[in-house]
Amino acid sequence: MSTKVVERKPLTAYERTYLPSFLGGLGVTWKHFKKTAPFLGNKPITMEYPEQKWVVPEGYRGAPYLVKDQDGATKCVSCQLCEFVCPPKAIRITPPGQDGKPADRANAEKMPEEFEINMLRCIFCGLCQEVCPEEAIFLQKDYSLTGTSREEMIYDKEKLLKLGGTHAGIQKWKHKLDEAAGQEVFPVETR
Amino acid sequence: MSAPAIPSPAPAPVAPPPVETMTVKVNGKTLQVPKTMPDWQGKPQATTMLQAARCAGVDIPHYCYHDKLPVAGNCRMCLVEFGTPMIGPDRKPVLNEDGSPKIAKSVLPYEPGTPRGAIACATPIAPGMEIYADSPATKQMREAVLESLLINHPLDCPICDQAGECKLQEYSVQHGQAGSRFVEAKVHKPKAVDLGPRIVLDDERCILCTRCIRFTKDIAGDDALGIVNRGSYNTIAAWKEGAFDNNYTLNTVDLCPVGALTSKDFRFKMRVWFLKETKSVCTSCGTGCSITIGSREGVIQRYEPRENDGVNGPWMCDSGRLNYKWVAREDRLKDVMVGGRRSTWTAALKEVSAKLAAAPKGSTAVVASARQTTEELFLLKKLADKLGAQTASVARTGEADKLLVAADKNPNTNGATLNGFAAADLPKVAAGIAAGSIKTLVVFGEDVTQHGIGADLLAKLETLVVSDILPNATTAAATHLLPGAAHAEKRGTFVNVKGRLQKFTKAVEAPGDARAEWEFLHDIVLDVTGQDGFVSIEGLFNQMAKEVPAFAGLEWAKVGDTGVNVPL
Repeated sequence: MSTKVVERKPLTAYERTYLPSFLGGLGVTWKHFKKTAPFLGNKPITMEYPEQKWVVPEGYRGAPYLVKDQDGATKCVSCQLCEFVCPPKAIRITPPGQDGKPADRANAEKMPEEFEINMLRCIFCGLCQEVCPEEAIFLQKDYSLTGTSREEMIYDKEKLLKLGGTHAGIQKWKHKLDEAAGQEVFPVETR
Repeated sequence: MSAPAIPSPAPAPVAPPPVETMTVKVNGKTLQVPKTMPDWQGKPQATTMLQAARCAGVDIPHYCYHDKLPVAGNCRMCLVEFGTPMIGPDRKPVLNEDGSPKIAKSVLPYEPGTPRGAIACATPIAPGMEIYADSPATKQMREAVLESLLINHPLDCPICDQAGECKLQEYSVQHGQAGSRFVEAKVHKPKAVDLGPRIVLDDERCILCTRCIRFTKDIAGDDALGIVNRGSYNTIAAWKEGAFDNNYTLNTVDLCPVGALTSKDFRFKMRVWFLKETKSVCTSCGTGCSITIGSREGVIQRYEPRENDGVNGPWMCDSGRLNYKWVAREDRLKDVMVGGRRSTWTAALKEVSAKLAAAPKGSTAVVASARQTTEELFLLKKLADKLGAQTASVARTGEADKLLVAADKNPNTNGATLNGFAAADLPKVAAGIAAGSIKTLVVFGEDVTQHGIGADLLAKLETLVVSDILPNATTAAATHLLPGAAHAEKRGTFVNVKGRLQKFTKAVEAPGDARAEWEFLHDIVLDVTGQDGFVSIEGLFNQMAKEVPAFAGLEWAKVGDTGVNVPL
C-alpha cells in the first residue's frame, strides 16, 4: 500500500492570531442568516411542530390499520398471513373458531374475533399489507403514535378499524354471492 | 440386583422367497421392480406405474389415489406419458441399431403425433416399460388437469381451513399454470353443508376424487356418502342431511386433498402453518393409535392420526381424536398440597419420602393407573417392592368396534401388567384398609372412591399420597397431593393391547407446578430405596429394559416412531 505523507506546515504569525478562521466562520454564519432570516424576506424552512404538520408523501409507510369495505363491513377474514409474515411478531389474531361470530358481510364466512397490533413492536415494514389477500390492512399515514402505557399501544380490532377508515375494493365475496344468486334463476344468465 | 433371565434371541428370520421382478425405466433410470406389490388391502396385485415410480424415488402427483383405499382413477392427476417395447410382425422385439429395444411411445390411435397418457395409479407395468414422469407431454397433461380442476374451484384459500396442507395448492404451485384463462362465471354449489355432527362440506371446493366415499364405504363400513346431480353440478352428499355419523368420519377430513371436508372441531380455529407437530400416542383406548399433536404456544389444537401399519394404519377414531380438551382444562391440579396447604416440591417430596420410609413394612399399598407410562409404573413397582406394599391397578372397559377401538379403555394395561400391577388386586387393598393393616396408601392417576375404596375407607388411613391430573374425590382426601402431567406434557412409552410398545414425546408444558410423574417418582425412589440413575427418560427406559424381561434388549433410541412389539 502506498502512503502519502502530508506535509504539515507551521502556522504563520497572522494565522496564529486565529483571526482568519474566526472571521471565516462568522462569514458562514452570516451567509446562512441572510438565507433564512424571516425579516429578510425568506420563507421559513422549519415547521412549528406539532401545531404545524408535515404533509406525508404518497407511499409513506405509517401505522398499519384495518380497513372496511364500501358497505362498512370488515374486510379481514382472519387468514393470519400477516401474523405469520410479521417480522417483529407485532400482530396477534384470535380466529373466530367454530362457534365465533359470523362475518359481518355475507358469504365471507369468517372474520377475526380479535385483531391486535402492538405498535411498540411494529417496524412499519409493510409486509402485512403486501401479504394480505383481502386488501384489508394498509400502512397509512400516521407516524406519531403515543400512549401512556404499553397496554395502550396495543391497538385492538375496534380501534384499528376506526382509524383505518374505508377502502373501496372489488368485494369478491359479494360478487361470488351475486353470481351464485344469478344461477338460481333459469335460464342462467351468461355474460 | 440380579440380571433377569434374558430370553434367548428369536431365531433369525427366514429369508423371504425371492421376489419376481421386471425391468422398467423411470425418467431414464433403469431399475428392477417387483412384479406384484400390496394393494390397499395388502393383497399382492400387479405393480402399477405409480408404485414403480415410487421405487425409483419419483413421486407422481395424485388426488384420488390413496395407498389404503381402492383405486378409483377419476382425478386424472397422475396421467403420465409412457412407452413399451415395440413388437414386430414376427412377434419379436424391434431393436435399435445399437441393439437396444425400440420403444413405442403411447400415442392417440387416430392422431399418432399426440402423446396419450395413462393414469399411473391404475396402469400395471409391463416388462421393458418406460415411464416419462417429467416429460413435456406429461407436464402438459398435468397443467391441463389442474386447469380443469380449478375451473369451478372458488379459490377462497384465505378462509379455507385446508390452506397450508392442501394438495390443490401444492400441485398448483408445482405443476400448474401461473395464470387462469377462465373468464366465464364459475358454477356455484352449496357451501357450509352440514354433512354430519363433526363434518362440514363445502361443495364448491370439492374436486370429486371420491376418497371420502370410498373410505366410508370400504373402510368404515358405513355407506353414507355418494355423488348426486350431473355434470358440473356433481356434489358429494350424505344419504340424508346430517347423516354422516360414524366413529370414523373425521378421517375423511384428513383424506380430503382439498378443503371440501373440514372438521367442525377445528373449523376456523387455527391456521395449520402455526401448528407445532409432535409425535404422540392416543390414550383413549388400548389400541394406542399413533398420532400427531398439533399445538401452538402450549395449547393443543388438534390430534391427527400418524401412519403406523403396526397399529392403526393411517386412521383413528373420532372419539379418540376429539379427546384432547381435558388437557387444557381450567381446573387442572397445579399446586403441590401437603395437609391441605400449598407447599413446594422440595418440602413435599422430602415429607412423602420420610413417611414412606418410616412406614412399617407391609403397611403400605400402591394403587397405580394403567393410564401412566410404563416407566412410571416401573418406578412405582420399585417403590412398592421396597415397602413390601400391596399393589393394584384399575381396569376400565367399554365397547370395542371392528376397526380400531379396543374394549380396554386404558392405554397401558399391558405396561401395568408387565410391571406387576393387576386390576384384580384392588379388593385386597380395600380389605387391607378396612382391616386396619394398611395405613399408608399411594394412589396415582385414579379416583379410588369410584372403584371400591370409598371416602370412609380413605378416612381410616394415616397417610394418603395422591398424584393426579384433574381434581376428584380422592385428590380432595389426599394428605399429600402431587400434581402430575398429561401424556402430551411428558415423554414415555405405552404398551397397547397387542403388545406394541410405542414412545411419545412432549408437545406442551404442564400448567403451574405440575411435573411429569417419572421425574418426582425418581426423587422418591432415590430417597426411599437409595437407587439412583434415572436422570433422563432415556436412562430410565434403558434401566427398565434391563430389569423387566418383556423389554429385554430394548433401548429408547432403538424404539422408532412406530414402536416395537414386545412379548406379553
